[in-house]
Amino acid sequence: MALELELISPFELAKDFVVAVQEYTLLSAQSLTNFFRPPVYMGDMLQQADLIGVGSLPIVILTGLSVGALLALNAASTLQRFGGIALIGRLVSQGMVTELGPLITGLMVAGRNSSGMASELGSMIVTEQIDAMRALGTDPTKKLITPRVGAATFMLFFLTIIADLLGLIGGYAVAHPLFGVDTQQYWTSVWQFLVFRDVFTGLLKPVLFGFIIATVGCYYGMSTKGGTQGVGRSTTQAVVAASVMILIVDFFVTKLIFAIFGYS
Amino acid sequence: MSAPTLPSESPSAAVVAPSGLAIEFDKVSIAFDDKVVLENISFGLARGETKAVFGVAGSGKSTLLKLAIGLLRPDSGSIKVLGEEITHMSEPELFELRRRVGIVFQESALFDSLKVYENVAYRLMEEGLPAEEIERRVREVLRFVELERTYDMRPSELSGGMRRRVAIARAIITEPEVLLYDSPTGGLDPVTSNTIVELIVKQRDVYKTSALMVTHRLQDAFTMATHQFDQATNKMVALPKGQHCDVPMSFLILRDAKVIFDGDAHQLATSRDDYIREYIS
Repeated sequence: MALELELISPFELAKDFVVAVQEYTLLSAQSLTNFFRPPVYMGDMLQQADLIGVGSLPIVILTGLSVGALLALNAASTLQRFGGIALIGRLVSQGMVTELGPLITGLMVAGRNSSGMASELGSMIVTEQIDAMRALGTDPTKKLITPRVGAATFMLFFLTIIADLLGLIGGYAVAHPLFGVDTQQYWTSVWQFLVFRDVFTGLLKPVLFGFIIATVGCYYGMSTKGGTQGVGRSTTQAVVAASVMILIVDFFVTKLIFAIFGYS
Repeated sequence: MSAPTLPSESPSAAVVAPSGLAIEFDKVSIAFDDKVVLENISFGLARGETKAVFGVAGSGKSTLLKLAIGLLRPDSGSIKVLGEEITHMSEPELFELRRRVGIVFQESALFDSLKVYENVAYRLMEEGLPAEEIERRVREVLRFVELERTYDMRPSELSGGMRRRVAIARAIITEPEVLLYDSPTGGLDPVTSNTIVELIVKQRDVYKTSALMVTHRLQDAFTMATHQFDQATNKMVALPKGQHCDVPMSFLILRDAKVIFDGDAHQLATSRDDYIREYIS
């Protein structure tokens, strides 16, 4: 079988990219405006909340604990050198609450759910189930996309809080037995140095990440072309695109928050 | 199964005059990227009539159905469904119109995550009807397609023919005025195909529903043109030769993105076009 490689002009690529951004923006906007246009499918939203929230809990617990423990382990060697091991709680709490908690949770849920949404909706596209839904008088963006966006945004917020808490416990599990940090000293430094800016950043990010995870997964699912092979392609692209978007948004949100609240 | 002999009596009055059209295409064209799929297509489907649409693979038959229900929009031309111009309708307006039109997709397109009764009841549940009313109507329509026993089953547990019949049940539960069938017998064995054809004839003759039926199988359309449903025996029966044209049945043939034939069984049987003669032989 001869392998045919087709060269695509940079102009075509740029045009495709602009069209994709436009379609993604429209889909995202529609997923939000649907909350104010009945019917709102609460049953579907609860089902998705269970799938995304409860379903992701084991992986979030595992990563939260291990990231907190690793953070403490790595920080301890540096802090010990300068005699500042007592500050380990502060380092773990700031690292987990502002950055690693939301980021790791976002990436984990993206890997699990963006792919799931893309493959589920992609399969529905190639088997004409989406067309059937439209033909039966139902708006697929209301029935399929908005519940996923609502559920992912809502559940990622709480999953991140759980990951943060478990990260702090993981840090304590390393700091206390391995480096002899006093229990009260650890937990006091954990909350004492957290300021409004840190908590606000840590709780704003999961809301944005949840929105990205669902909209990217749904966008790639709904734009699936080319049968089962296309479903596979959409699934992979959804995970990559959601992860990259999370990393980019994370950087700019952090920068913006520092610009608003200052670095101190 | 060989195709039955085409009826060649004179055209019938059963094919209703164009004034009462259920679907009307006027110079409709559509292209995907640079490929023209349909070009200047014009035809009408009379109320109560069933029109079989033929054409080789890729000739735009399924596209024609998707245009008729507003799932695709034409590049040019006008489409009227039940007297309403749908070409410039918004999606919410189309949702309203689609309540009066049913469609059976090529691969059934049943929702995998829902049970048979949920699939069939989908539109009724969306409309918020009481549960008892929904159950009564679902059972009634499943009885119509002779699949009441599948009520609690999932689509994955059904055979291809059963899935197609459930799809028909889902399409007819709201008693639509127009039905669109996309290759309803495609990929099925002759016995199952005959069961599906019988259901379509039953829907045509008992409920007088207008229908556009895309098919590759000439014999199915010929069977429909030469049979009618007998309610007394609950069976499809062959009509005597002289009455073939009493059936509200017509044919449309697509070739190279254009309509090359639109007429009744008599006109099809007496066509002098070489391609058509070869196609129906």
